[in-house]
Amino acid sequence: MKQVMTIGMVLVFACGMLVASNSITIKGSDTLVRLGQRWAEEYMKENPDVVIQVSGGGSGTGIAALLNGATDICEASRDMKEKEYKLAEQKGIKPYRISVALDGISVFLHEANPVKELSFAQLKGMYTGAITNWKEVGGNDARVILYGRENNSGTYAFFKKQVLNKEDYSEYTQTLPGTAAVVNAVSKDKNGIGYGGIAWATGVKFAAVRKVDADPAVLPTMETISSGDYPISRDLYWFFNGEPTGELRKLVNWALSKEGQKVAEAMDYIPLPKERALAEMVD
Amino acid sequence: MEQLIFKPKSRWREFFGEKLISVNAFVALIAILLIFVFIFKEAIPIFVDDYVKEDASLDKMVFKQQYYEGREAKWSWQPNSEVPKFSLWPLFIGTLKASLVAMLFAIPLGVGAAIYCSEFASRRIREIIKPAIEMLAAIPSVVLGFFALMVLATALQNTLGLTFRLNAINAGIALGLAVIPIVFTVAEDAMTSVPHSLRDAATALGANRWQVSLTTVLPAAIPGISAGVVLGFGRAVGETMIVLMASGNAAIVSASFLDSVRTFSATIAAELAEVVFGDTHYHVLFMIGSLLFVFTFLINLSGDIVLTRLKERLQGKAT
Repeated sequence: MKQVMTIGMVLVFACGMLVASNSITIKGSDTLVRLGQRWAEEYMKENPDVVIQVSGGGSGTGIAALLNGATDICEASRDMKEKEYKLAEQKGIKPYRISVALDGISVFLHEANPVKELSFAQLKGMYTGAITNWKEVGGNDARVILYGRENNSGTYAFFKKQVLNKEDYSEYTQTLPGTAAVVNAVSKDKNGIGYGGIAWATGVKFAAVRKVDADPAVLPTMETISSGDYPISRDLYWFFNGEPTGELRKLVNWALSKEGQKVAEAMDYIPLPKERALAEMVD
Repeated sequence: MEQLIFKPKSRWREFFGEKLISVNAFVALIAILLIFVFIFKEAIPIFVDDYVKEDASLDKMVFKQQYYEGREAKWSWQPNSEVPKFSLWPLFIGTLKASLVAMLFAIPLGVGAAIYCSEFASRRIREIIKPAIEMLAAIPSVVLGFFALMVLATALQNTLGLTFRLNAINAGIALGLAVIPIVFTVAEDAMTSVPHSLRDAATALGANRWQVSLTTVLPAAIPGISAGVVLGFGRAVGETMIVLMASGNAAIVSASFLDSVRTFSATIAAELAEVVFGDTHYHVLFMIGSLLFVFTFLINLSGDIVLTRLKERLQGKAT
């Protein structure tokens, strides 16, 4: 009996310690969640007194959590919408945006698909339902099977804005939870096309993309995305409530440091060019 | 060790014990009421709030809309668009398609197995088959969904040469697997509870085993079987994870079962986590939730009523 009580007291004490130490929550984009987790692990290794919890759910989920005060850092693969900025103002939250890495949205095709390059106009045509046959873009005589992300995803919103010019996706777009599911679906569907972060692609091939017909088609690689040559690329953000201070500041500056960016590169994310990373750091 | 002897002074314990248990019994009832009130409360703005009505009034959710000038009017579910579109038809049709396929798949299998189990199988075989089928109900729906997404979809596409890998048939069959145990259990119960006097009478008139089961037992158990079917349908309509994974989630208005479908339940699961609290989209999702709640509630209620009637009738006849 005595033992039980001792253990109990130790447990209570330990819990108290945990609460007392620095705990940080990170929530948001499914595209960023793997990087966030890795960063958290590395950072906690160097700073054992800090506890970081990372979870995904989508950029929209993360932003909602930030606005509700439920997370310290919101990971997002898109900027906040005007509506969300307004809502933040109402709730007395001052979103502070920092770019922590880059990401290219690559277009996935089945490995057996003869099509190699696609222009924005062709992509838009296919995803809005104007082009329904691969023949029209130089492929086989087969129906284009569209795969996309659920509408809470930052990738969904970004692709829609950048490539579809804000037009609606074709109603025949099959929406799947997560880029991994999209890659998986395209790898099993020889007439499939999908889109998502470059970090996820295995078992499918990338299409080279050009913005207008005069441009050369560019394949998504670390270099082309980092240099800005690849036309569908975006910043990945961390949002804070106000300028980060204390442990949060330390964390974000570490993520932007050479070391942090190296972790990103090792995970197949695109690191920020050095000058940009320096500029993003919080003094 | 204390000896367990009831003493008169423990009466008050009995009293409180009894009250405690009865409270437990009412908790479920209260929970249902509270859930209903909460869901419905969040759906109310669709009828009263002008801001919400602008994009999602009842007629916009039901009738064809011309969203852009010079383009065809259509039903469309595109909540995150420049012009948000909240038509419920594509989702309703999707839900119906998936559950119809599920029922077409599950009824013959479930009822067939029930007939075999209650009428023909030897006791030993029955004791293997019954738990095995009931085990199907114990498989988590996410596992069924994953199976349909990875294995079943590819198999169906290759054998039938389908254009869309994920479609109503694929989702429906996976749903059917979840529905079979419900149909089977209720139907089997109904058939075994048909009184022996009926069977004996039929046998005495010279009917063989096949005739007894098809012409006497089956008709007597029809209300029970249909209750099983109805309960199974309720499950098919409300089931979420399987359709979320296996249906392709494309909100299409078409008659083809080979197209992808998006169901009510999958829509809520996929979108509710992200919506801005208090936004039109948020209220529409709760509206869908209320619809689903009312729908499955009515289905289950009617199933239960039929079942009770059947029991009364059969017992009445037996005496």
